[in-house]
Amino acid sequence: MITAALIFAFACFGIGALFCLWRIILGPDSADRVLALDTMVINMIGTLVLYGIWQGTAVYFEASMLIAMVGFVSTVAYCRFILRGDIIE
Amino acid sequence: MTVVDNTLIIIALLPFIGALVPGIMIRAGRNASAFFTAVPTALALTMLLLHAPAVLSGEVITAEIEWLPQLGLTAAFFLDGLGLMFAAMILGVGLLITLYARFYLSGDDPMGQFYTYLLLFQGAMLGIVLSDNILLLLIFWELTSLSSFLLIGYWKHLPEGRQGARMALAVTGAGGLAMIGGMLILGNIVGSYNLSDILASGEAIRASEWYLPALILILLGAFTKSAQFPFHFWLPHAMAAPTPVSAYLHSATMVKAGVFLMARMWPALAGTDAWFYIVTGVGLITMILGALIALFKDDLKALLAYSTVSHLGLLTMLLGFGTPIAAVAAVFHILNHLTFKAALFMTAGIIDHEAHTRDIKRLGGLRKLMPVTFIIGTFAALSMAGIPLFNGFLSKEMMLEEAAHTDWAGNPYAVPILATIGALLSVAYSFRFIVHVFFGPVRDNYPSKPHDPPFGMWAAPALLVLAVVLIGLMPHLAEPVVRAAAGAVTGGVLPEFHLKIWHGVTPALYMSGVAVLGGAILLTLHAPLDRLWLRTPRPEAKVIFDRLMAAAVGLSRRITEITHDGSMSRYLAIFVAATTVMGYVAWSGSGLPLPSRELLPIPPLVFVGWICILLATVSVALMHRQRFRALVVIGVIGLTISVGFVYLSAPDLALTQISVETVTIMLLLLALHFLPKTTPIESSVPRRIRDGVIALAAGGGVAALSYTFLLRDMPSISEYHLANSYKGGGGTNVVNVILVDFRGYDTYGEIIVLGIAGLIIFALMEALLNGPAARKLRNADYSQDRSRDRHPLMMVIATRVMMPVAIMVGVYIFLRGHNQPGGGFVAGLVISIALLMQYMASGFAWTLRRQQIEYHSMIGSGVVIAGLTGAGAWLGGKPFLTSGFDYFHIPPIEEFELATAMLFDLGVFLAVLGAVMLMLYSLSRIARYAGETVNIEPMDYDPSKQVVMDEKEK
Repeated sequence: MITAALIFAFACFGIGALFCLWRIILGPDSADRVLALDTMVINMIGTLVLYGIWQGTAVYFEASMLIAMVGFVSTVAYCRFILRGDIIE
Repeated sequence: MTVVDNTLIIIALLPFIGALVPGIMIRAGRNASAFFTAVPTALALTMLLLHAPAVLSGEVITAEIEWLPQLGLTAAFFLDGLGLMFAAMILGVGLLITLYARFYLSGDDPMGQFYTYLLLFQGAMLGIVLSDNILLLLIFWELTSLSSFLLIGYWKHLPEGRQGARMALAVTGAGGLAMIGGMLILGNIVGSYNLSDILASGEAIRASEWYLPALILILLGAFTKSAQFPFHFWLPHAMAAPTPVSAYLHSATMVKAGVFLMARMWPALAGTDAWFYIVTGVGLITMILGALIALFKDDLKALLAYSTVSHLGLLTMLLGFGTPIAAVAAVFHILNHLTFKAALFMTAGIIDHEAHTRDIKRLGGLRKLMPVTFIIGTFAALSMAGIPLFNGFLSKEMMLEEAAHTDWAGNPYAVPILATIGALLSVAYSFRFIVHVFFGPVRDNYPSKPHDPPFGMWAAPALLVLAVVLIGLMPHLAEPVVRAAAGAVTGGVLPEFHLKIWHGVTPALYMSGVAVLGGAILLTLHAPLDRLWLRTPRPEAKVIFDRLMAAAVGLSRRITEITHDGSMSRYLAIFVAATTVMGYVAWSGSGLPLPSRELLPIPPLVFVGWICILLATVSVALMHRQRFRALVVIGVIGLTISVGFVYLSAPDLALTQISVETVTIMLLLLALHFLPKTTPIESSVPRRIRDGVIALAAGGGVAALSYTFLLRDMPSISEYHLANSYKGGGGTNVVNVILVDFRGYDTYGEIIVLGIAGLIIFALMEALLNGPAARKLRNADYSQDRSRDRHPLMMVIATRVMMPVAIMVGVYIFLRGHNQPGGGFVAGLVISIALLMQYMASGFAWTLRRQQIEYHSMIGSGVVIAGLTGAGAWLGGKPFLTSGFDYFHIPPIEEFELATAMLFDLGVFLAVLGAVMLMLYSLSRIARYAGETVNIEPMDYDPSKQVVMDEKEK
């Protein structure tokens, strides 16, 4: 059962990542791109956690945690750049 | 007989140690400075003279410290007769010059500097004459070139001084370069760089087919240093130096170094036809040419300079004869030349100092005005002319006697006649020095009324003239020294000889007589000859030299401009293309083993990641002119690569990659704010096609390389690391152990480089913001406020809450780094990201006020901690950066491990954190200069302000 669920989830996240890539490359707006990148980060985190479940190990958990923490920061930086220009005022 | 005595090393080092002092002591006055220059010299001289009785009785004193034994370079010193004579000359005259310079230099001259340079030079000279290793000798040789450059160019305000110094450095430096080649060949022939070994294997050297190249290269070094034709031209130009320098460099030391080298190498190199014809020929030409030019020089120092050139030629010629008795004459003349020439230089300095001119045509009649100087100058000049009862006579007689017995290619007359002409010219210019300066009527148009200088100034030359007369009258006094030194030169038994005034009626006596008479006649004819000389066109060495230098500089500039035009894309194109071609050549020539691995299946999700990277990479290349868009897409690449690292079992790399990625994007965003948002098209279409081809070829090459390697089993260093990681480094995380232990040196270097990069960015920004760009920044309007809310409430709160969590994550990653994924590098990045969040959310000024530690000192302490940890291994008698670890148990905590590697990692952590923060901090400072205001409080969004600004806009 869990295997089937994992395969289904992998498929969803994989397709999701490709759609995000679509948005990032084609835009049309900068905000679309940043949003899509942020979503892609979430997709990747999800994929990592799923992979950890698949492999039955916790090693990947920390990497996904760190990506979550850091991905948030880059998104903020991109947004500040769009909104204010200077990211550290 | 050889005696080991380590005081020799102290003697050699004393001037260098002493050189530190006068520059400081000048604050206590000029006398103190001079005194502290004399102390190390006198000390070294005393220690040297304590060895003198042993050396004169035939012992050789040695001392040795291993330096770089792998290269055959040992700090080996030895003291034999020749070394003793030269060392005593260098130190003795050094003392006299110290005294003389104290009175000669004026109040405006920085005397501390002068004495420091003088001691440095003295140490270098002393090193040359005491070295027992030719590589060590070369080092000191180069040091004399460098320190003499400082001394000759001491009067920095004089263009002649600077040009003369540069010329001396160029000529002697080039010769030194040639000599390095010669010495290496010599060392190769003998199989040892020890001078004693080389001197002992003269037979083998002369028989070797490499003898001639080695000889020519070494002689180039000696000839340039000793100002032999055609390299003689630098010496007169070096006369722009203060007179004490000229007296020191051109009587006792610098120019004698070349003669010393020829004397030192005499047992190894002399005695062949090549040696005889090159050395004797060059010496003869130099002797006559120098004397001829000296006769027509009006500048006293120029006259003495060319006379020095001439006498050096005489010495070279004597050494070229290759007979033991000629070597005796050479050694004796070195000693005599030192005494009279140093005295003459000082006399010229005194005249210049008192009369304010050194132009012979403006002098005359000084006999009555400066009686003391007159006596000193006259005695020394008579010795230079070779008049009996002065020491110059004795060695010149020996020279003429030797010349009389020398055949030049079967012709018995050539050498004696030419030697007599040289002696005749020498008599002429010596007499001219006496007659035209001291005799004649007293004039009333000297630039300054001359009178005798204070005692301190004439004491030194007077002492030298005393030696001139004493040796002249009682030559047997000098005999032990000459015998010991000449014995060292010939490296064997000397023929029976005695230094005495009267040798009976010999050919040399006739030649001497002819020379004195002819010289006197020549002087009476000086006025018409001078007019003739001035009318004759002559090649001007300085013009030729300047033209050669200009041509060389021009050529190197052209080459540099072709290969180094400052275009990064060109460098990269050349570099990448060359690497690709070399890779292809290596590939096509190698017989690769067949693939030994199966291809793995591609899971669909990995395929998705692969598509992501591929598409993102291609689209970065396509849209890189839209800079912000490219930056976002780069984010995709970084993200996918880190996930890929996780998938490929490299969680450490994943952590590092994602942190670096974030920091890099922030740096780029900070910079992009002040840069154009699009890249203009600057290159032509063919050029872009060319670059595209190179890029595709290189990328394809790397891909092919990886593919090939991945299909084959290779022996790898990984097994070693896996096996030894815990045993040797005490950690189970191999990546971290590699960083802090196996490759600890690399890491140490890298954090230093990272720190330097951070500091350079800071410095560049500092220069930028204080330079002309700052004005432009101030007036440019970069503000872009699609949102008026500078510090949104939600973000401030969120980052405040996250701060301790983020710091804790950093600490956690740091602490477990040794055994699990993590480590100082990642931890540093994580913490800096946590801090950056505060900067972004709450503003620069607010955060800066809460920052207690400067980032500069963080970098510094990181490097220091890492370095000290590494050095700590020395305490245990282990090499640098050997790590140790142990387990501790402190209740109630569970047993834990502490490793020194952790301390090292702390250094890495601090350096990374400091460098990253300093870079971001420096870049974000630009905005302060661009006239942007800062908030004092966080969350400073004030709706009332918006009303005001809206009104303003209307």
